[in-house]
Amino acid sequence: MTTQPTPVWLRGLLIIAAGLMAALFISVPAAQASPANSPAGAPTLGVTASVQAEEFQNRISGVLRNADGPLPDVRITATGNGFEGEATSSETGAWSIGVPEQGDYEVELDVSTLPDGAELAEGQQNPRTVTFAGTTNATTLFLFGEGIVLETTSFWSVLADRTVAGLSFGLLLALSAVGLSLIFGTTGLTNFAHGEMVTAGAVFAFGFAALGLPAPAAIVLAVVGGGLLGYVQDAALWKPLRRRGSGLVPMMIVSIGLALALRYIIQFNFGGATQQLPGAQGNVLDFGPVSITQNNLTSLITSLAVILLIAFLLLRTRFGKATRAVADNPALAAASGIDVDRVIRIVWVVGGALAALGGILWAYYRPGVSFNMGQQILLLIFAGVVLGGLGTVFGALLGSLIVGLFVEISTIWLEADLKYVGALLIMILVLLFRPQGILGRRERIG
Amino acid sequence: MDIANILSLAFGEIISPTTAAYALAALGLAVHFGYSGLLNFGQAGFMAVGAYGFAIPTLQFNAPLPVAVLIALTSSVIFAIVLGIPTLRLRADYLAIVTIAAAEIIRYIVTTNGLTQVTGSANGLAGGFENGFVGLNPFPDGTYNVGPVSMNQDGFWIRVVGWTIVILACLTVWLLMRSPWGRVLKGIREDENAVRALGKNVYAYKMQALIIGGLLGTVAGMIFTLPRGAVQPANYSTELTFFLYTCLLLGGMATVLGPVIGAMIFWVVLSLTQGLLFGAIEIGAITFLTNVQAGQLRYILVGVALMLLMIFRPQGVFGNKKELAFA
Repeated sequence: MTTQPTPVWLRGLLIIAAGLMAALFISVPAAQASPANSPAGAPTLGVTASVQAEEFQNRISGVLRNADGPLPDVRITATGNGFEGEATSSETGAWSIGVPEQGDYEVELDVSTLPDGAELAEGQQNPRTVTFAGTTNATTLFLFGEGIVLETTSFWSVLADRTVAGLSFGLLLALSAVGLSLIFGTTGLTNFAHGEMVTAGAVFAFGFAALGLPAPAAIVLAVVGGGLLGYVQDAALWKPLRRRGSGLVPMMIVSIGLALALRYIIQFNFGGATQQLPGAQGNVLDFGPVSITQNNLTSLITSLAVILLIAFLLLRTRFGKATRAVADNPALAAASGIDVDRVIRIVWVVGGALAALGGILWAYYRPGVSFNMGQQILLLIFAGVVLGGLGTVFGALLGSLIVGLFVEISTIWLEADLKYVGALLIMILVLLFRPQGILGRRERIG
Repeated sequence: MDIANILSLAFGEIISPTTAAYALAALGLAVHFGYSGLLNFGQAGFMAVGAYGFAIPTLQFNAPLPVAVLIALTSSVIFAIVLGIPTLRLRADYLAIVTIAAAEIIRYIVTTNGLTQVTGSANGLAGGFENGFVGLNPFPDGTYNVGPVSMNQDGFWIRVVGWTIVILACLTVWLLMRSPWGRVLKGIREDENAVRALGKNVYAYKMQALIIGGLLGTVAGMIFTLPRGAVQPANYSTELTFFLYTCLLLGGMATVLGPVIGAMIFWVVLSLTQGLLFGAIEIGAITFLTNVQAGQLRYILVGVALMLLMIFRPQGVFGNKKELAFA
């Protein structure tokens, strides 16, 4: 059991760490300079503000819009803790002021800079105190005109909108979930570091885009990078662990350690701020009763196409057959001449690439790239996988779609900040009545 | 770089109330994972139940200290039962996912804006819920010195209470685990079916273990939050649970003293690396790091340490390799 000499191990781990450091350092200048998201033609004040925002880790931000749309060129100041900063809202109404430390700040909107016809809603405090609550970003919203605009659209129209958004979200979850499920199916590993593979995809895409590559090239390279990350992980860490015959619970805890290490390596290089991928603010398209943002539509089509491709590969090719055989019974698969290690290696590469693509789409969906974005949806990915049945690929797709739809549709009744709770509750309830998941087989829960 | 100051800060971590809270919560995990084999990834949820279960009644209805503590403990038992019913029959990986999800559900609920009146949402709770505890302080005002560390009477009081509870909890767990009840638990960890064949109600034993470990986490949540005078939801994220597992694995998962020593090592190492890194940055020995990055570097080390521990020394510093929750 323990005949493996330890130095090989250490070297493996060091290779991972060093490789990641190297890969991520590439994106450092990008994260500091981010030219992509300062809106063209914004007044100089706006530029200074966005420079400030990158100088400091902490930001106060918000979006100004009234019933007619975003309100650009409005001046906002923040004072407190011996610091004074100001920003001007961009063409999209967004503003952000970087502040040196967390604490209480007095934020004031300069009413004289508001465009004609726009005025603050009644009861809106101005100036107001904004307090950081343990996060690096504090948001405050100024409401205009009648205040909260009453929802005039019909229930069915809202439902249709939410359904389309839920499909889009569910499919991007499915990309990551299918990878997770494939890895679980072939190796038995419940990989808690999968969320960081999602983050890595988005961070890679941001890094390549900031190097000046056009968005499609950056995205393709990031997906390749995600596959490479999967390969390196398997080669340096999981394969030796499998050779050693490590149990599944120790491997799970190792994956938690890896998740922590990767998350902070990403934060170390990328910083704590949220950055935008190119083209993050797309148009809204209207199709009769349903409206969807262009990015969501692209994301929906992309993930659907990729998932169909994966399904085709799994069902119709020799390699797909081999993968399913390994998932079913590795020993028997090896005995019938299948190179199990090769199958697992390819599954890791595909899983990493799918997670990276999922991460990029998630960055457009949220929108924004941040070091903990993968961690935020890791549990939803798990929920999708568990709902469908651990280890079943089509279960993961079905489960993720249910989770995505449920999360989006539940916002009609639930507060938006509770939308993930419903999905997690559903997962627990399904486990209560059908522990093997919707498409799972009973033997899998042991 | 002031080495003496760095060392005294590190020593301060050994007796700090946060370390006591980590030790207690990790001891709860030892009951769950080390002794019973239950892979509970929701210990942060139990700690949140402790902190909010104590602070909310105090602030909302002016509940006196014993009542608030009782409410927190009762909520913890209810949470354990609700969590245990769907999950205790499941395999380890399902249990892990469900418990981590339950802890996150608690965190989302206390963070939602709809409940700001009760939970303070993302800002958390403050405003004197610790007054009842501070009011019980029998020590006169003044400065108290423990080794190189000095503190005021309130700091001394919370440390005395916190560590007394840790010692009592260690004794209790030690006695429990050498009782017939504890032997059955270890039996469940080794082979659930064998124990079931002996006519024991495995489910009930697991539930009892979940409740006891959860109560330890809940008390830890209170000790964690009292000296801060504030409850913040961001403190109770999944990372807290993972740090607790690091403490547990450092010390040894099926030992009584392991989690306590593990928590001490964890905080001393964090404090030392922070002191040394910041010191080195200050005197210009390290120029490629900012202070913020140095802080993050420590958590990268925590993750790597967790991996290395699990791979090379899963039994921890004190553990016995035969007593692992997994073969």
